[in-house]
Amino acid sequence: MAEPALIHPPQELLEGPAGTPMSYWKLVWWRLRQDKVTLTAAAVILCIVLSAVLAPYLAPHNPAQGSIRKRLAPIGTPGYILGTDEQGRDMLSRLLYGGRLSLRAGVMPVCIALLAGSTMGILAGFMGRWVNMLIMRIMDIFYAFPSVLLAIAISGALGAGVGNTIIALSIVFTPPITRVAESVTTQVRGWEFMEAARASGAGTWMIIGHHMIANVVAPIFVYASTLVSVSIILASGLSFLGLGASPPNAEWGLMLNTLRQSIYVNTWVPVLPGVMIFLTSMTFNLLSDGLRDAMDVRL
Amino acid sequence: MWSYILRRLFFGIPTLLGVTIIVFTLLYLAPGDPISAMVPSDAPLEVVQMIRQQMGLDKPLPVQYWRWLTRVAHGDLGNSLATRRPVLNEIRAALGNTFLLAVSAAFIGFTMGVVLGTTAAFFQGRWVDKVASAVAITGVSLPHYWVGIMLIIVFSVTLNWLPAMGMQETSGGSSLWTLLRHMLLPSIALALIPMGVITRMVRASVLEILQQDFVLTLRAKGLWSRTVTRHVMKNAAPPVLTLMGLQFGYLLGGSVLVETVFSWPGSGFLLNLAIFQRDIPMLQGVILVLATFFVILNLMVDILHSLIDPRIRRT
Repeated sequence: MAEPALIHPPQELLEGPAGTPMSYWKLVWWRLRQDKVTLTAAAVILCIVLSAVLAPYLAPHNPAQGSIRKRLAPIGTPGYILGTDEQGRDMLSRLLYGGRLSLRAGVMPVCIALLAGSTMGILAGFMGRWVNMLIMRIMDIFYAFPSVLLAIAISGALGAGVGNTIIALSIVFTPPITRVAESVTTQVRGWEFMEAARASGAGTWMIIGHHMIANVVAPIFVYASTLVSVSIILASGLSFLGLGASPPNAEWGLMLNTLRQSIYVNTWVPVLPGVMIFLTSMTFNLLSDGLRDAMDVRL
Repeated sequence: MWSYILRRLFFGIPTLLGVTIIVFTLLYLAPGDPISAMVPSDAPLEVVQMIRQQMGLDKPLPVQYWRWLTRVAHGDLGNSLATRRPVLNEIRAALGNTFLLAVSAAFIGFTMGVVLGTTAAFFQGRWVDKVASAVAITGVSLPHYWVGIMLIIVFSVTLNWLPAMGMQETSGGSSLWTLLRHMLLPSIALALIPMGVITRMVRASVLEILQQDFVLTLRAKGLWSRTVTRHVMKNAAPPVLTLMGLQFGYLLGGSVLVETVFSWPGSGFLLNLAIFQRDIPMLQGVILVLATFFVILNLMVDILHSLIDPRIRRT
């Protein structure tokens, strides 16, 4: 992308004699600190994650306990700031607890796919020849499916459950990460310092361990970070279809599904779980955009 | 030219075979015995055995796959377990509705994406660019099923302008106006993602061309007319067209959630139904048909791409 030229730190911030370049990670960190949007996004993500982790301490009510008499209280009801759901359960508590499952089902698949995809991609890129052929042709097959369809197909066949959602989404995200990993590895492999390392007697694993990882990790990581927001939307989407978390568990997509019928009674409470999904995916998108710029990666 | 097209067609075959393998495997991903979904749990063992033999489920997997593939190749996707009707007939009816929705969503999303992306690129760094980029990132971050619900809340429940669902009752013999009224909200919900994706791509693509030597030279000479703009657009088009092809495929295959929200009688709705009735032949059929469409679409995009940009053909 032809973005504006990269920000470089002013000379007085650089240590050592004039002209000494900053180390890569220091430079990335410096750039990130200049980027207010990314910092804000990171802070919001931190809040969402903390509120999910600390849900048992923060939630004012038991998320599973409802009362028929208190069904569908509007937003702003005393004691129930965000209202109650169709079974009279406190929305705020359920949204806090919901984050636990939604975040797990959204982030885990990307982590698993990152591990599996980068291993296969780096292997394919480094070994070349038939290993490359075999791995990449298998990955190509998965490209024949639109990602939403593949996710629904696999989790539809596996049946409902958060575990199955994670399996399905991991399978969906592995091929694109493998492709990116393979292409950067193949590129890096052609560079001259690799030749030099090989000529000076470094073995295959030494080269993979020292040179490849360092030069390949940044782009793969940035690419994987762009997938988190999609993953969160898809994971909640699968729950929305009834394929993810099962009632009475609190999960944003599932809450959206069960509250959907109530829009004619209480219009705005059913909107809330969607706001959480949107907020989370939006901030992850902003964060990954910021990371891409700071790490100076072109995808 | 022809050699490229033939080569590309040839490479499509293993992909399609791979697709059939994955779709076939879906049956075995399902927990428990495939038979258990077809017979009541208290069915006598002899009956289960009989059905197993009848359906060839006692044969080794490769044999089963081959049998299934031959049937599929003859256009027989089996019968739905729920309705007992041929899967293909059910899909044919639904696919038209999905296609309709995808076309109108693509029209909305692509038009907005191109307009927003181009404007953003030409006014890089100014407020128009910032607004367009914000709209784009919002578009890709919004859970579209939630947007569907929001649209229903605003336009159906609160304002009572447009129907929330009920396309089933109107299909067949309905006027164009009724159809459009039913189509508008789901199309908008579906159009958000392609709108965001295309905006970002068009912006990046146009920016890159704007910074190339020939444009800089023309601008330096003081030339800045519609002709230059046209050249810029023409050069920025190929990657955008490829992406549009992909996005259209995603719309066809990814409308499940929106179709569920609006009870739109399309292939996604059928898929959702199949999942809950554990109707595996239907599930396989819908996925196979949609994936095949996606493969053909990708093929057409590649060929179109090579027509626009002859450099592709040599690789």
